[in-house]
Amino acid sequence: MVEAVFWFFAAVAIVSALLVVTMRNPIASAFWLVCTMLCLAGIFFLLQAQFIGAIQILVYAGAVMVLFLFVIMLLNLGRDDAALKRTPTWFAAVLLAGVLASQLVPALIRYSSERLAFEYTRSAVLADPRMVFDSTLSAAQATLERGVPGDIAKPLFEHYLVPFELTSILLLAAIVGAVVLAKRRI
Amino acid sequence: MLDLLAAGPGQPGFLDLLQGALRPTIALIIGLPLLGFLLNGALSLWRPAAKGAVSVIGAGVLLTTFLVALQLFLQLSAVWHVKPDEVIRVTLWSWIPVGDLRVDFALQLDQLAMVMLLVVTGVGSLIHLFSVGYMKADEGYARYFAYLNLFVMFMLVLVLGASFPMMFIGWEGVGLCSYLLIGFWFSEPANADAGKKAFIVNRIGDFGFLLAMFLIWQATGSLSFAEVFDRAPQVLAAGGAMATAITLFLFLGCAGKSAQIPLYVWLPDAMAGPTPVSALIHAATMVTAGVYLVARTNVLFALAPTSQMVVAGVGALTALFAATIGLRQYDIKKVLAYSTVSQLGYMFLGVGTGAITAGVFHLVTHAFFKALLFLGAGSVIHSMHHAYHATHSHDDAQDMRNMGGLAKYMPVTAVLMGIATLAIAGIPPFAGFFSKDEILAFAFGRGAQQPAFYLFWGMGALAALLTAFYMARLMAMTFFGPNRTGEAERQHLHEAPWIMTGPLLVLGLLSLAGGWLNLPEFFPAIGAPHGVLHHWLEPVLEAGNRVAESVGLAPALSHGATEAFLVGGAILTAVLGLTLGWVVTRRAVAVPAHDAAPETGFWKVLYHKYYVDELYDWCIVRPLVAFSRVVLWKKVDQGVIDGGGVNGAAGLSRALGWIGSRLQSGQVNVYVVLFLVGAIYVLGMVAWR
Amino acid sequence: MLLGPSLAVSAILFTIGVAGVLLRRNAIVIFMCVELMLNAVNLTFVALSQAYGSSGQVFVFFVMTVAAAEAAVGLAIILSIYRHHKSVDLQQINLLRG
Repeated sequence: MVEAVFWFFAAVAIVSALLVVTMRNPIASAFWLVCTMLCLAGIFFLLQAQFIGAIQILVYAGAVMVLFLFVIMLLNLGRDDAALKRTPTWFAAVLLAGVLASQLVPALIRYSSERLAFEYTRSAVLADPRMVFDSTLSAAQATLERGVPGDIAKPLFEHYLVPFELTSILLLAAIVGAVVLAKRRI
Repeated sequence: MLDLLAAGPGQPGFLDLLQGALRPTIALIIGLPLLGFLLNGALSLWRPAAKGAVSVIGAGVLLTTFLVALQLFLQLSAVWHVKPDEVIRVTLWSWIPVGDLRVDFALQLDQLAMVMLLVVTGVGSLIHLFSVGYMKADEGYARYFAYLNLFVMFMLVLVLGASFPMMFIGWEGVGLCSYLLIGFWFSEPANADAGKKAFIVNRIGDFGFLLAMFLIWQATGSLSFAEVFDRAPQVLAAGGAMATAITLFLFLGCAGKSAQIPLYVWLPDAMAGPTPVSALIHAATMVTAGVYLVARTNVLFALAPTSQMVVAGVGALTALFAATIGLRQYDIKKVLAYSTVSQLGYMFLGVGTGAITAGVFHLVTHAFFKALLFLGAGSVIHSMHHAYHATHSHDDAQDMRNMGGLAKYMPVTAVLMGIATLAIAGIPPFAGFFSKDEILAFAFGRGAQQPAFYLFWGMGALAALLTAFYMARLMAMTFFGPNRTGEAERQHLHEAPWIMTGPLLVLGLLSLAGGWLNLPEFFPAIGAPHGVLHHWLEPVLEAGNRVAESVGLAPALSHGATEAFLVGGAILTAVLGLTLGWVVTRRAVAVPAHDAAPETGFWKVLYHKYYVDELYDWCIVRPLVAFSRVVLWKKVDQGVIDGGGVNGAAGLSRALGWIGSRLQSGQVNVYVVLFLVGAIYVLGMVAWR
Repeated sequence: MLLGPSLAVSAILFTIGVAGVLLRRNAIVIFMCVELMLNAVNLTFVALSQAYGSSGQVFVFFVMTVAAAEAAVGLAIILSIYRHHKSVDLQQINLLRG
């Protein structure tokens, strides 16, 4: 059941991503991107990352994409006739992307916890994922406790406190920068 | 110091104590002339008119140095009396510590260096004093004394250096000062050219010195004198190619510095400098550096009999060759210059024969009488110059054809020059007789082992005859006969002031008595024991003599009838030469220079110095200039270096820059593609590791 | 456990994003493709956090923050470029040309 839902979301995400690239109208591209992001949020839920899935919908599919649409409409970018390039460039781009995909996909699709544990320990004997990764939690507990806000908040405010504070400075700088760049006259 | 002596040289660790105690003194010997140079140099830049201060500093530092050296001599002769093998070595600082090569700025003082130290500072002091009078009216007075002090400093480094590189510092330094002083009146292009000529010819010699140093380093792994001479007999085969190569390269250096064939051409031109400079640098001290080098490296030369033969042969040839040119020169300084070249030839004949003591002995006596001759000539030129200056005449103040009868006007100078003439001609008991006779005797003695030395002896003896001849000619033309200076000028001829005649008197005494330093056995011991210098230098030459004995070429003297024949022959030659020179010159019709008829026949060849300068010009200078102009300048410099190197590098940078700028299309997609290609490459590297 | 398939999907999405950056000329669409690539990377983080523990999700959190900041500044830059060139076609904007 979980697998079927996963593959459904995956298929929709990939198709919408292709449409993002191929749609001539930027607004259409933006809407297909929202669709991709929603599908990804669904996959996040399946992968026991409920909190991330929620902010994916809130921040990405909501706020960021609204910003995109807002700018597109502000600039009045209608139908973009020359959106795609001529054939040779097309060919080269697809070839490069194909090479990249052929390197990545076959290497990644067979990944499993066992393989990961092996790469982590570099030892066939020790490569038991339950021994290597957080073995104190039982599978049931993991399903219940993983991905809830508390689970994220604990490392975020303990181990990653300084980077977390730094992101606030980054956001402040981004706001100031955006205002300075976008204003006609300061 | 006195406590040390009281403690006794026999004690262990005495040498260390002694070196520690002498360290400041030896540093002072180098430091004082350097101080003089710095002070006088500063004065010449800011207060060139302060001649009083310059005189006091310039002559004062040298007199002080001489006194320090004298005191050192007294102390050390007491030490050496007990332990003759003690060499004082003082390391001032570490100079080149690179890997295995370790050269310290170190000075050493042994008996040989002591002799040179006394000669350089002693004769140097006298010449400095003379210069005070001679250069009084010159504008560059302070500059002159600055150079002179600097020269003495470098000469002392040369003499006292404890390693080949140290000696080379002095060697190059005196070359620099020689250049500066030859071209002292550089506003005349001829003088500046003469300075350049001296410098360039010396470069050829220095090249040899450098090569010799490389080879010595390769052969012995060291450059300090003590280690090299210690190891040389073990690592160098006697008569082997390495020893011969090293010594021949060293001799090339000597030939440059000491004006031997074929590199002698710079010395006569060097007379363009002030006369006291000619006396100090180009007669008494610097040009004898080559002889000193051979004496210093006597161990190496003893290992290479072939090189010894070359040294002696070149020396004998130079002695004869330069003496013949001296026969027909009219410039009083040119005569003395060729005489110097000739006498240096004698010294090399001596050291080449293996008779190091004889060579050094001649070096010392020559320093006395040749300095006297040059300073006497300086006194004459000074007087002539004043006379011509007073009447605004443009005649040559150095041409002997314009002199004559000067004895009446300058009696002191005439008498002292007479003493020097007897000394150089080899009349006993004057200084030159003993040293020259010793060299010839040793050369004759070695003839028994290597017959070529009989030839060298013959050349030397003939050169002695010619020496007496041209000196008699010089005296006769300058001081006797009718005066040819001119009616008006005659009134202004005068004896030099006491500051100039004083040093002449001292040098006259030394020319008279200098030979008693090393009286031979056959001569009655007047005022001094026999062979003082010989015993004095024995510790330095011991190692070389051991090597010479091992190859069967120990210096030997003849005794009995042969000796009497040699000595009698030498005296007879000198007397004959003097008489001939006197008679021939006095009988010739003497006319002033501007009325003189052009030279003819062989005299013309001699007058033009065998056309050697012209020969060098045609064979070396002109082809070199043409080659430089056509090939090096037009082809190599403009074509290869400018075209290929400079413009080529610029063009290459431009081309690369052009390619790079084509890459910078400004298109984001292009950057992305390139970035992606790189990323894929890195990914591949990681994945297919 | 959907580790392998998740990673594969993220690789495909990333490749599509790359292809979009290469193909499109509209600056805003290229920007959206970059967001797509960022999302693909987020998926990787989340997938791996299943095995490694929740710190991977913390990174996703940071990536989202940076992406939001980037979107704000990037869109402001596009705005000012448009004001200057009256276009967001990157083929016409080659000020960096050497």
